[in-house]
Amino acid sequence: MSEPASASSSTFLGMPATAPRGVGHLRGDRPFPQAARDALQNSQLRRNLRHATTTIRGKSGRVIAELPDWQALRDAGSAIKTDVMSRLPELLVELEERVVAAGGVVHWAADAHEANRIVTGLVQATGSERVIKVKSMATQEIGLNEAFEAAGITPVETDLAELIVQLGDDKPSHILVPAIHRNRSEIREIFLRAMPGVDPALTDDPPVLAAAARRYLRETFLSTRVAVSGANFAIAETGTLGVVESEGNGRMCLTLPDTLITVMGIEKVLPSWRDLEVFLQLLPRASTGERMNPYTTMWTGVTPGDGPQNFHLVLLDNGRSAVLADTAGRSALHCIRCSACLNVCPVYERTGGHSYGSVYPGPIGAVLSPQLTGVADNASLPFASSLCGACFDACPVKIDIPSLLVHLRNKAPHAAAEKAAMAAAARIMDRPRWYASAQRAAKMARIAGRRGRGLPPPLSGWTAGRDLPEFPEQTFRDWWSGRTDTPARPAADPPSPGFSSGVSGSDGGSSAGRDASAGPGSSAGGESLAAPESSVGRESSASPDASAGRESSAGWEDER
Amino acid sequence: MSSRELILGRVRAALRDAPVVPEPPRDYRPAGANWADLDVLVDRLVDYKAEVYRVTSAEVAATVAGLVGEGGAVLVPPGLPHLWRPEGAFADDGLPPDRIAGADAVLTAAAVAVAETGTIVLDASPDQGRRIITLLPDVHVCVLRPAQVVASVPDAIARLDATRPLTWISGPSATSDIELNRVEGVHGPRHLHVLLLTD
Ligand code: SF4
Repeated sequence: MSEPASASSSTFLGMPATAPRGVGHLRGDRPFPQAARDALQNSQLRRNLRHATTTIRGKSGRVIAELPDWQALRDAGSAIKTDVMSRLPELLVELEERVVAAGGVVHWAADAHEANRIVTGLVQATGSERVIKVKSMATQEIGLNEAFEAAGITPVETDLAELIVQLGDDKPSHILVPAIHRNRSEIREIFLRAMPGVDPALTDDPPVLAAAARRYLRETFLSTRVAVSGANFAIAETGTLGVVESEGNGRMCLTLPDTLITVMGIEKVLPSWRDLEVFLQLLPRASTGERMNPYTTMWTGVTPGDGPQNFHLVLLDNGRSAVLADTAGRSALHCIRCSACLNVCPVYERTGGHSYGSVYPGPIGAVLSPQLTGVADNASLPFASSLCGACFDACPVKIDIPSLLVHLRNKAPHAAAEKAAMAAAARIMDRPRWYASAQRAAKMARIAGRRGRGLPPPLSGWTAGRDLPEFPEQTFRDWWSGRTDTPARPAADPPSPGFSSGVSGSDGGSSAGRDASAGPGSSAGGESLAAPESSVGRESSASPDASAGRESSAGWEDER
Repeated sequence: MSSRELILGRVRAALRDAPVVPEPPRDYRPAGANWADLDVLVDRLVDYKAEVYRVTSAEVAATVAGLVGEGGAVLVPPGLPHLWRPEGAFADDGLPPDRIAGADAVLTAAAVAVAETGTIVLDASPDQGRRIITLLPDVHVCVLRPAQVVASVPDAIARLDATRPLTWISGPSATSDIELNRVEGVHGPRHLHVLLLTD
């Protein structure tokens, strides 16, 4: 039985259901290829992204190399998550029991509407008109801030990046670093424009910007009686919840208010306390590239005299049961939101997070969002990938994202059209340098007027310039591997160092996890979309050994 | 049908294939696999911008006094050993947040430290106090006994009681949200000093 239940059965009570339309942020306004085209025109965005992902890959590779048992930890993490999914009902019931026994209150929210209703009602019951928030994917997913505003409650995002996004009236673009698309001078401008009481002499020095945020939020932390958080994990055995963070805003929100409301996807539960020894090693190293993040707070219900005296846990389905129902797709629920797959993804690096429409961007977003909403509502996302396999190699819980993408492509309603649109977008991704060059202007001028005929610029520009058909007949994947003159995966041994064969299921490597994902070898390539601008090199994603923080990649920008 | 029953029903329906999953392999280094190396701990703490001092128990009070300077207000949890308290230190007996925030520094013990990651874990025991007292002051001074240092994360998990409020601290508050530059000091204490006891 490959698909015991599907979205269409959502009308039957008790059957797995996808996330409802009209609420939350799992669906974009436009299909990926369209949004990506706009993003590709923003060269500042591309520069910011490239700098950020390159930096983080290098850091991550170095700290992963310090652990001799990284692969064993990945195996354990993957297996624990598989185990969790197989006995989710009993674990959720156990978690509920423990949390209640420790003085917490547990709520169950079938979808975003219900979660928003529950949380808004809980805040209103306290009489507070303001809540402080710790960065949480789950609350972004359900559109909680909009629900608060509709109810006359002011949500204050306290994570620095979220604050930048909120003050800039912007959207997050990265799971971990939501303002990754903003550089320091843009952040300074946002603060000067939108932060009440900010020093007009503010410079763009990062410590100065951080200090401005500290001053701005201190009073809010001390005077707000209700906080809303997500959770990185919940331990069924003990009822313990945890939030992993860096800045201390999480500690503030989890410690100072009278009332704490935590919204958590049902897939985040872990069976035993001991399981944390795996995930607390995997997450920080894969995520921020630190041996350990600055702060992790763990709490079990309510502790008299210490921290919030009212604790509510909201367990959220919102499409997760539908993901679980697809035996070939359910491993997307194993995700621990580390964002390593984003940081190694050549498509993400070019298009940024906003192009994905959903709050879950990058490779994991391309497999998770369509499953949460039903593939029809996010039909282009499974095509937003070159299947290069770097995400699989980088994933600390070994989610085989390329295989999930292939599976979801087969479920997409208009696969041929999606493939064609994506192939067209991919040509541009492949040539940001060309795109940015002076040549461009000339070519654009030459083909001006053709716009109504087919693809708008810049796609028309490329096709005109390259004299290629606009909609190749082949699949995107075939088309791509065909033009790179490299054997299609998984035929050849990867050059060493070079791309792993990605989708093959093994790690293709002896040592630390991410090593096999890439290498500076110009002969490699396979199906990668990567032909980055010169310094982009995916290589730093790999190279867990410090010496191999290679970032040059001459040879990558050739036209092949 | 309550939402609880609805969700549990959906999840059970989703698992109609009744997947059978073997016991997860745990071939990584377990608790007890390695000895804690104090030098590694110091190296990792310093790498994440904590300052480390190796002192005897009798030197703690004077060291802290030196760190906060003359007249500095040092907050301590109620169960902190008297020997460690600098002169004039005031104990938390349920102080309001503004009094806590007004302290120049807070001095606590710890429950466990992890050498490999440079992490200190507080478990709100009487010598560590309520979570709020290590959050609002700008300087946190933490005294570690060598026997509290373990090698790895699994060792720490094995020692800790999950049901206590736990705060894992690895260096001072930091952010990497601006162009991925690590900046020390956002909302938590901007300075972390670790006094590693030598006796
Ligand atoms: S899919 Fe894997 S690599 Fe990507 S965010 Fe999730 S856990 Fe991290």
